[in-house]
Amino acid sequence: MLLTPGLEAYSSDKEHKMSKLLEVKNLKTYFHTEGGVVKAVDGIFYHLDKQEIIGLVGESGCGKSVSQLSVMQLISTPGEIVDGEVIFEGQDLLKFEAHGPEMRSIRGAKIAMIFQEPMTSLNPVLTISQQLTEMLELHLKMSGEAARARAIELLGMVGIPSAEDRIDDYPHQFSGGMRQRVMIAMALSCSPEILIADEPTTAVDVTTQAQLLELMKDMVERFQASLVIVTHNLGVVARYAQRIYIMYAGRIVEEGTTKDIFGKPRHPYTMGLLKCIPRLDEEEGRKLVPIEGLPPNLINMPPTCAFLPRCSYKVGRCFEEPWPQLRHLHDHHYISCYADTEEMRSEPAAR
Amino acid sequence: MSLQQDEAILDIRDLKMYFPVTRGLLRRKVADVKAVDGVTFKIRRGETLGLVGESGCGKTTIGRCVLRLYQPTSGTIFFEGEDISSLPESKVRRIRSKMALIFQDPYSSLDPRQNAGSIVGEPLKIHQWVSAQAEYNDRVEHLFRLVGLDPSMEDRFPHEFSGGQRQRIGVARALACEPSLIVCDEPISALDVSIQAQIINLLEELQEGIKGLTYLFIAHDLSVVKHISDRVAVMYLGHIVEITKSRTLYENPLHPYTKALLSAVPIADPFVEEKRERIILKGEVPTPLNPPPGCSFHPRCFMAIPECRQAVPPLHDVGGEHEVACIRV
Repeated sequence: MLLTPGLEAYSSDKEHKMSKLLEVKNLKTYFHTEGGVVKAVDGIFYHLDKQEIIGLVGESGCGKSVSQLSVMQLISTPGEIVDGEVIFEGQDLLKFEAHGPEMRSIRGAKIAMIFQEPMTSLNPVLTISQQLTEMLELHLKMSGEAARARAIELLGMVGIPSAEDRIDDYPHQFSGGMRQRVMIAMALSCSPEILIADEPTTAVDVTTQAQLLELMKDMVERFQASLVIVTHNLGVVARYAQRIYIMYAGRIVEEGTTKDIFGKPRHPYTMGLLKCIPRLDEEEGRKLVPIEGLPPNLINMPPTCAFLPRCSYKVGRCFEEPWPQLRHLHDHHYISCYADTEEMRSEPAAR
Repeated sequence: MSLQQDEAILDIRDLKMYFPVTRGLLRRKVADVKAVDGVTFKIRRGETLGLVGESGCGKTTIGRCVLRLYQPTSGTIFFEGEDISSLPESKVRRIRSKMALIFQDPYSSLDPRQNAGSIVGEPLKIHQWVSAQAEYNDRVEHLFRLVGLDPSMEDRFPHEFSGGQRQRIGVARALACEPSLIVCDEPISALDVSIQAQIINLLEELQEGIKGLTYLFIAHDLSVVKHISDRVAVMYLGHIVEITKSRTLYENPLHPYTKALLSAVPIADPFVEEKRERIILKGEVPTPLNPPPGCSFHPRCFMAIPECRQAVPPLHDVGGEHEVACIRV
């Protein structure tokens, strides 16, 4: 693959890292619709280290969920993974058939996923026991008795009281928070290397959200797994993630450690997001600064930066040249932007 | 600021709203869901009161009782000095022109077959607020401008607008008859993060511009509620457990549930998060069908003592416009 200068710097900087568990390169997932091609994910690069928690943050439609479904090869027509590599344990997962035996042995077993809506991701006509033991029997080749015992153990681990009695219940007999605990138990049942949590707490209440996030953090520590938190909630990643990727219109626009992203954000979109959310600890009378305009329609996108129409830092190059690749700032901090936002920061803020 | 009785635009006393649970062919009542169980609070003219709590705590039910979309089981609701809790249905419409509602979902709360202009103008017709067609047209145009929409979009249908624009239409419709009170029921939770701020700012600017405009702002997101409200009431299972100025609520929360709720909300700042205390509550919110005896929070409370089971603690004033319902405080 021919790399643009930006990309070369990006790859070489990261070579020293040996603990990379998952590496996604130039992933592109397009949806072929009647209206045109929707470039839901359009060339993203990211990686995940062993026992690391990363956050993938963006608004609805930015491609954060589609990127994760692509890693799991769970994209169905009209969607198509058109390019890219997903390197896991030295193999490119995208070379495997989506429904082939290799992918099946990885999906759910080595890379597991927790979905947003726990009611629709559990089968309503099967008991919890049937759904949990199925995975154990299939992936770990456990016998019925052993699988049931393990399932009860897992339910206890995720904090379901009197698990032996509840294992034969149906999903509707559990509350939303409890169902999400069942989902966590199910995702962890085969001791996966990677747990992908796609908006895991959007459908639950705030005190339940706190319980579930703590549980997930404890569980990935216990299972020595890595966690990808996909969310639109900046607070959640500020609390739990070590590194953060900010996505906009199908691309990653900023990448950095959590402290860099929140302490020294450099992409205009990240900076805008932080200025437009209310914070519990804010000064009284603080005015929110909304990001004007709307997220773009992903059909027929112009080649220039998708954030350009909403950007208050735009420079001449932004209009003439294509959307830039990620460029290295320092350590683990990258942005895809031509403007020197640090220098210009005082200017738009004064407006 | 000293308060006089007549300054309160809304004065709710011991409001109860029970929904009967019926069973069998004869729809025999077997129990009550006590959605709101004895709530007392006031809102001053021109202020924003935030009502926050988790799903099922009764916050939306209060909003609906205020608008008389529900007939309260008991209690009184004084709106601009008049008890509206037992007004006959025929007179309810009159007061509804002075109060309005902004809904959560800007997709389902606008009629897809009505154009934006007629959605915004409909309250004017219903309440016969305008007498001539020209006056109607002017008013609709004015309302569009007020919420930051181009009046040339009046002929468009809801599906032609984005989520944020649709919510602006909802706000314009609420403002149509110059209401003095707007009940905002989760007005931004269906919107994208970058759009939420636009609507929050719009609501704040409207309040600055329209003298005496009062909001009852219902939401589950504590950061948003704290941002927009002057005072905040925290609800748990049909009761208000704490009510105070929004700043005091954050700086000096007294009720254990408020403390837990605040600590559960992550702050988008890793430097702050590092130092924060986290209270992880046990269990989940019990069903309002069969609430625990005494203080309904006691089974999950980290400060509970046996006495908590005995009686529902009333709100008591701890000074500085701060009321809390807990016997340990």
